[in-house]
Amino acid sequence: MSTDELTLSPPLDQEAIQLLGRRTRRRPAGFYIRRTFQYLVMVVISVISMIPLVWMVSTSLKEQGQVFAYPPVWIPDPVMWSNYAEALARAPLLRWLMNTSIITFLAIVGNVITSSMVAYGFARLRFPGRNFLFMLLLSTMMLPQIVTLIPRFILFKSLGWLDTFLPLVVPPFFGGGPFNIFLVRQFYLTIPTDLDDAARIDGASNWAIWWLILAPLSKPVLIAIGIFSFVYHWNDFLHPLIFLFSEDMKTLALGLRAFIDPLDASWQISMAASMFLLVPVIIIFFLGQRYFIEGVTVTGLKG
Amino acid sequence: MINLRMSRMRRKEAIDGYLFIAPWIIGFVLWVAGPMIASIVLSFMQWDLLSDPTWAGVSNFTNLFQDRLVLVSLWNTAYYTFLSVPLELAAALGMALLLNQRIRFQSLFRTLFYIPSVMPAVAGAVLWLWILNPEVGLANSLLRLVGLPELQWLWSPTTSKPSFILMSLWGIGNPMVIFLAGLQGIPSALYDAAEIDGANAWQRFRAVTIPMLSPVILFNLVLGVIGSFQIFTGAYLLTNGGPAHSTLFSVLYLYRLGFEQFRMGYASAVAWLIFVIILFFTITQFYLAKSRVHYEGEVTG
Repeated sequence: MSTDELTLSPPLDQEAIQLLGRRTRRRPAGFYIRRTFQYLVMVVISVISMIPLVWMVSTSLKEQGQVFAYPPVWIPDPVMWSNYAEALARAPLLRWLMNTSIITFLAIVGNVITSSMVAYGFARLRFPGRNFLFMLLLSTMMLPQIVTLIPRFILFKSLGWLDTFLPLVVPPFFGGGPFNIFLVRQFYLTIPTDLDDAARIDGASNWAIWWLILAPLSKPVLIAIGIFSFVYHWNDFLHPLIFLFSEDMKTLALGLRAFIDPLDASWQISMAASMFLLVPVIIIFFLGQRYFIEGVTVTGLKG
Repeated sequence: MINLRMSRMRRKEAIDGYLFIAPWIIGFVLWVAGPMIASIVLSFMQWDLLSDPTWAGVSNFTNLFQDRLVLVSLWNTAYYTFLSVPLELAAALGMALLLNQRIRFQSLFRTLFYIPSVMPAVAGAVLWLWILNPEVGLANSLLRLVGLPELQWLWSPTTSKPSFILMSLWGIGNPMVIFLAGLQGIPSALYDAAEIDGANAWQRFRAVTIPMLSPVILFNLVLGVIGSFQIFTGAYLLTNGGPAHSTLFSVLYLYRLGFEQFRMGYASAVAWLIFVIILFFTITQFYLAKSRVHYEGEVTG
């Protein structure tokens, strides 16, 4: 990033000229060999990362005969858009898409609001037991979820919540996940308290300071945890598997299981169906990757 | 007078503090602490959800040690965890090191490296079934190409677990990004100093990168072990534990006991066993790391 700035902007002063001179200094041949090799490795890793995705998209548009052709066919001919119609005819994919969207949306709202709220408490307010409670919060990050799975199932069953979206959307409104809280707290700690103090002198309550000052300032990290929870809830398989049963209530991730059948050779249909799940998450990731990755990188991980 | 006012303000601040963290406290009681206690109680009971629960004493725990599948599933899980986590971390660190350079298209590469990690497990399952298919899959085509013997991959007890380890390496975006964050936090002055002292790239890596990164390595290691120990979705979708129980991982077995056979008490005992084992490994890692992890400018408070 900074290298681009340096080479693109005109050298305005002596220091910049010197810097530029230093940067364009002849480098040993070894440097270029190493760099070339490094790019080569990175391109190979990128290809390994992307090939499966490209292959899935291409297969979803192939004719049955081309799916297992050898050597592999990369550009489908003819392009079979009808695979998608066929996938839609085989399962209520649009209904599942809607269910998944509702669940994911509500879970994101819950996660973002409560984790920014809880983070405010831990970052800005002093109260007895704060450090202990924060340590407890951090330690739940290391708690294997499976130990609570069965009691939670029984709890939701006794509440009559099974086969509804409630077991999937209510928990995010209580806590928002320890890692999310941790990230937002770290971000809050980087914001100077001057603004809070000024607002407090003007008579603002903590609620106003949180909602009107800190939350808007922490948009990058809130977007980051929003995307984290999008990916998590959109892709989640285990919880829908346990809590949802009827065909109409299923999420896409859960419903797509019906398309995984090693004995069924119509892979192009399975791939077409998978696209309904895959495309939104890839789009969201590409749109938000800057926040997603930098939310972790910039915030840093030091306690 | 001032003292009194201060303490009133203090009290108000404390009340607000508890109110702000209230959602998490409620969540902690409802979804963490409560269920954990319930889980202990359940592990001493027998309950199929249909009839009333009955007291079972320690029989669930004595059964635990006679159940061959408990042992098999723990062995499978440990095998998977102890091979996949070090490989994942090494690969993730390697990728982070590649990204942590002044290079062009850095953010593009970062995005591409991360992509497999956002792939939904179900879509990934469809993909891997094709790649690892012994007759038509990509993996065997590649082996043929370089003249190596073909493998049965997921369909043979000897290669099924290694197949899962291979799959786990495709999707290490999270540890990679966390390593990257750690690498970016290392002051470049340290590298400059090492370079002036004549340290080569490997010596700089050993003497600067590794010690400065050690807290992050520990973090990734601990979370990696916890995550790998709970491998479920891939095994459920791809092999459902087979062949010959070779991919029956602990959580898959727990799922079967709890949600297919409805043996809630016994499943809770198994859950606690897994929990205690994970806890043991977590504590061991912290203990072993104590003298090896370097915390920069340790400040408490």
